[in-house]
Amino acid sequence: MSAVSRRWTPPPLIANPVLRYAIYGGVALYLVVAFGTVELNWARMSEGVVRAGRLFAGFLQPDFTSRWDDIQAGLLESLTMTVTSTIVGIILSVPFGIGAARNIAPLPVYAFCRAFIAVARSLQEVIIAIFLVVLFGFGPFAGFLTLAFATIGFLAKLLAEDIEDIDPAPLEAIRATGAGWWQVLVYAVLPQVAPRLIGLSMYRVDINFRESAVVGIVGAGGIGATLNTAMDRYEFDSAAAILLIIIGIVLACEYASGFIRAKVQ
Amino acid sequence: MPVSIAQDGTKLWQRRTSRAEWLHYAGWFALLLLFVFTWQVMTRDTIWAFVLDAPRQAADIGSRMWPPRWSYMSAVWKPLWDTINMATLGTLLAVAVAVPLAFLTARNTTPSARFVRPVGLLIIVSSRSINAIIWALVLVTILGPGVLAGILAIALRSIGFIAKLLYEAIEEINIEPVEAIRATGASPQQVLAWGIWPQITPAFAGISVFRWDINIREATVLGLVGAGGIGVNLESSLNTLAWPQVTLLLLVILGTVVVSEWVSAKIRHAII
Repeated sequence: MSAVSRRWTPPPLIANPVLRYAIYGGVALYLVVAFGTVELNWARMSEGVVRAGRLFAGFLQPDFTSRWDDIQAGLLESLTMTVTSTIVGIILSVPFGIGAARNIAPLPVYAFCRAFIAVARSLQEVIIAIFLVVLFGFGPFAGFLTLAFATIGFLAKLLAEDIEDIDPAPLEAIRATGAGWWQVLVYAVLPQVAPRLIGLSMYRVDINFRESAVVGIVGAGGIGATLNTAMDRYEFDSAAAILLIIIGIVLACEYASGFIRAKVQ
Repeated sequence: MPVSIAQDGTKLWQRRTSRAEWLHYAGWFALLLLFVFTWQVMTRDTIWAFVLDAPRQAADIGSRMWPPRWSYMSAVWKPLWDTINMATLGTLLAVAVAVPLAFLTARNTTPSARFVRPVGLLIIVSSRSINAIIWALVLVTILGPGVLAGILAIALRSIGFIAKLLYEAIEEINIEPVEAIRATGASPQQVLAWGIWPQITPAFAGISVFRWDINIREATVLGLVGAGGIGVNLESSLNTLAWPQVTLLLLVILGTVVVSEWVSAKIRHAII
């Protein structure tokens, strides 16, 4: 044994040294190039520091009262939009989810449902909202359609994966009693996926509320429109109040959904 | 198991007792009422003429949108590069903040469960509740339009996401390797580096890559509020009613999202 170091070192994450250093080098190069193309306008940013201070002050002393009517109207739209779109989205996502599960749906139905889900998932809510506002006019109706569509994409995919993962034994057992397709669905599939479906639906409620704040920016109604107006007017204390309300409601939703999920699972 | 007696004396199996059954129906009925009520409040100001007109509008816009203006592609490369940078740099920044935040928040590594942990949870919840596009709206007003606002918006939204999943991973670690390292006389830093960190590395890498993928998706629309990237082109094309350009941009966005999803799936597969 010559002078080999006896000091232990942990095995590297990427075993091949050539690949490892190539990746390190590539990452370093990318970072240099990427930072190089970020344009920083220092004059504008120093101006921003003052505004950031005002926004921060707004958080410490939010102004709920002077725009309360606007906030209330926006909040009402957001909340109603959340409830209706979640309910409609869940109802529609169940057939799509069943259709997209390979073990219970025939191939043409499966292909169609999977394609629909892929489209619904890859488009951003805001982009869908822009189009639906053009088609259906300004207001919460367009927002409702956007969120319902996005809910289908989200829930149907997870539901389909869940159905594909179910235990086949009860399925066989129910089928062996001479049950039809519907009866298999109701007595073998649904009981296995229901708890998770409820959990996911609760999770979707708070996603939909968060998104309802976003679609307002492009005119689809909700608290986002109010927030956009407040920012445009540089009313940071009202904007801070709206942000705090959003955080509060999301927190409440999360707490409630955690409670319900703990009960059903 | 609830059983009822039929008229001819045979026992009938039932899923629930009748009391539970009624409660069940009452629950569904309450949900229905809630739906009808919220629906009416929501559609109070809806102009149904516009809604009924939608199919005609859709056909009209559809005919204007096709074919996509391929020549516009030359103007899209730079914003596309910016979009990817916003997502990547934003994710890196978020990771840098989220890792210490997760360690400060996790119940088994926090320095103080009474004071530090609630603060950490509050930061995580606040960051998670507000969408990247809303952070962007706020930051554009403060910093002015541009990529920087986009990077910070992405980072602010991602901090909560990464920190939440990471602190949950930290709370689920196996305690035995940690005790073993501690028993060798290791300092707290060494315990962190050799006992805890190796256990959460796969989760950490998976979460970061997953968030990067989501961020690419989000970065494509941040430009709508002025935060740089391909969304700026989308906004201006929509404002000038240049529908063929909109089609092209949507195709580019779709392509980018699909590629990033594929890359992220590959990386996660390689790690886990």
